[in-house]
Amino acid sequence: MSSSTTHTSTIGAIGAPSRRNTELALLVFAVVIPLFAYMNVGLAISGELPPGMLGYGLGLGLLAGVAHLVVRKFAPYADPLLLPLATLLNGLGLVVIWRLDQSEKLQQMAKASFGAFSPAAPKQLLYSAIGIALFVVVMLFLKDHRVLQRYTYISMVAAIGLLLLPLVPGLGKNIYGAKIWIQVGGFSIQPAEFAKIVIAVFFAGYLMVKRDALALASRRFMGLYLPRGRDLGPILAVWAMSILILVFETDLGTSLLFFGMFVVMLYVATERTSWIVFGLLMSAVGAVTVASFEPHVKVRVDAWLDPFSKEVIAQTGTDQIAQSMMAFGSGGTLGSGLGQGHSDLIGFAANSDFILATYGEELGLAGVMAILLIYGLIVERGVRTALAARDPFGKLLAIGMSGAFAIQVFVVAGGVMGLIPLTGMTMPFIAYGGSSVIANWALVGILLRISDTARRPAPSPAPNPDAEMTQVVRP
Amino acid sequence: MSELTLTVMRLGFLAVLWLFVIVAVQVIRSDLFGTRVTQRGARREGGRQAARQAVAAAPPHQRQQGGGRQSGGGRQRRGAPTKLVVSEGTLTGTTVALQGQTITLGRAHDSTIVLDDDYASSRHARIYPDRDGQWIVEDLGSTNGTYLDRTRLTTPTPVPLNAPIRIGKTVIELRK
Repeated sequence: MSSSTTHTSTIGAIGAPSRRNTELALLVFAVVIPLFAYMNVGLAISGELPPGMLGYGLGLGLLAGVAHLVVRKFAPYADPLLLPLATLLNGLGLVVIWRLDQSEKLQQMAKASFGAFSPAAPKQLLYSAIGIALFVVVMLFLKDHRVLQRYTYISMVAAIGLLLLPLVPGLGKNIYGAKIWIQVGGFSIQPAEFAKIVIAVFFAGYLMVKRDALALASRRFMGLYLPRGRDLGPILAVWAMSILILVFETDLGTSLLFFGMFVVMLYVATERTSWIVFGLLMSAVGAVTVASFEPHVKVRVDAWLDPFSKEVIAQTGTDQIAQSMMAFGSGGTLGSGLGQGHSDLIGFAANSDFILATYGEELGLAGVMAILLIYGLIVERGVRTALAARDPFGKLLAIGMSGAFAIQVFVVAGGVMGLIPLTGMTMPFIAYGGSSVIANWALVGILLRISDTARRPAPSPAPNPDAEMTQVVRP
Repeated sequence: MSELTLTVMRLGFLAVLWLFVIVAVQVIRSDLFGTRVTQRGARREGGRQAARQAVAAAPPHQRQQGGGRQSGGGRQRRGAPTKLVVSEGTLTGTTVALQGQTITLGRAHDSTIVLDDDYASSRHARIYPDRDGQWIVEDLGSTNGTYLDRTRLTTPTPVPLNAPIRIGKTVIELRK
C-alpha cells in the first residue's frame, strides 16, 4: 500500500443531509425514557403503575410530535439532536417533579406555608406546552435569524426593561430575598430568563459592528493586548449593569450569566485572550466587593464556605445546601433508584433550584453525569451551529445563546453541589418553573433556525461551469 | 415491589439513559459536513484493475506525464514544499498535501482544485514535480493567464517556496 500513488484529489462540498428521520427516532427514544422513569417511580413508591402514566406519555409525545412536524416542515435542515435532547430533559424534569409531588413531607410543608398543596407536575406540563407553542411560533415567524439584527438597540432597551421590571413597585415580588419575579395575574414570571435571549441578540448585533475596533485597536503590554479606553466603554457598561442587578435584585446568578455571556461573545468576536483576563478580573472584583457589602449575598457566601455549621444554618434559616450535599453523597455511584431517595428533606425549592440533588441521590453519579453530558451535547450542537453559520451575526448569536445556556447549567449545578455560592437560578428544562422552560424552548427554537440556515445547502452554482464562458480581465 | 425488580429497573434506567447519550454521540459522529477531499484514480504499481480505471478516468493531460513522476512517499529533498495552500479567493484555507502527484487547477469538475472563479479557465494551470522533485507550474493556455509573483507565465517555471501563484482572484502558495 505504501507504494500507491495518488493522482488527483478533488475538493468538493458535502452538503449536510436533512436527517429528520434520525431526529424522529431519537425523539421516540426521548419520550420512551421518561415513561420508563415514570413507571419506575410509580412501582417504587406505591408498588403499582402510576395512573397518570398514559396521560403524561401522550402529553409529552404529542408535544414532541408537534415540534418535530413543525421542524420537518419549516426547518428541514436543522440540527437533528437539539430537539430530542431538550425533549428528554423536559420529560425527565416532569417525572422528577411528579416524584417530588408524591412526597408527604413536601405536601405537608406546602400546606403549612401556603394553606394548600397543589401538585407541580401538571403545571409544569402546561408550561412545557406553552414553551413548545413559543418554539412553534419562533419556527413559523422567524424565517431568517438575521431579521433580529435589525433590532439590536431595541433589544438592548427591551433587555434592560425586562431586568428592571422586578424593581417596579407593585409588580415586583420579593421571594426569599431575591427580587427577580414579577406578578402578573396569577403567575409569577422571571423576566431575567427572557432577558437572557434578548440581550444575546443585542450583544451579537453590537459586537458584529464593533469587533474590528475591539480586536485591532490595542496596545501590546506584557503579552496582553490592552484595549483602548473608549473600547472598554461597553464592557464597563455591561459590568456596571450586572453589578447593579446584583445589588438591587440580589440575584448573583443573573449578573454572572450576563457578564459571562458578554465576555464569551467578546472573546469569540475579537479572538483576544486579554478580554477573558479582564472579564475574570472584573467579575472577581465585583463579586468580592458586593459580597462584603450586601448582607444577602454575604449570607450566601457564608453558606457556601461552611454549609454544615450551626450558625450559618441559623442565619439563613434553612439547611438546603447541607441537605443537597447529603443527597448527592448518599446517592453514591449508582444512586438509590428513582422514587427511593430522601431528597425531599431539602424542603423549599426541592423541585426547582435544587432539583439536581434529587437526580444526584436517585440516579447517582452515573445518572448526573449522563444529565450533564446531555447538557454538554446541547451546548456542543449550539457551538457547532455557530461554527457552521455563514453570517457573523448568526455565529455570535448562536455562540452567545449556547454560552449562556452553559453558564446557567454551570452556575446552578455548581451552586447545588457546593462548588460556587448558591444562586437563584433554575436548571434549564428539568427544573420546575414556567419562565425557565418557556424561555429555553424559545432559545432552542432560535438555535434550530440558525442551524437550518447554516446547514441548508448553498444555492447550487450554474449546472456546468465548463460550458460557461471565462470572463476576460480588461486592464 | 420486590427489591430485585427495583434494582433491575434502577440499573436498567441508567443503562437506557447512557444508551441515549451514546446514540446521540453516534449521530454527531455521522453528522459530518463541510469539505470533502476525494481521492481519484489511486493506483497501486501493478494493480491492474485500478490502473485500468485510472487510465480510463484520467483526463489526457494527466496521462501524458505518467513516467516523470517520483514514487510517492519517497525521499523528499530538503526544503521541498509539502503542501499547497490556497491563500486568497473563495477556497481560502484549502490545503492539498503534495505527494508527487500532478495538481490541476481550473473550473473543470475533474480538476484537483476546482476553482469557483469567473476569471479562471476550465483547464487553467497545472503544478507538477519534475524528475528532481522540483515543483513546476505550467499555464495550460488560459484566457487570463497565470501569474507567479507579478510575472505572467509563458513557459513551465519552477515554483519557489511561498511564492504566490495568482489565477484570477485565487492565490495559491507552496509551503513547507
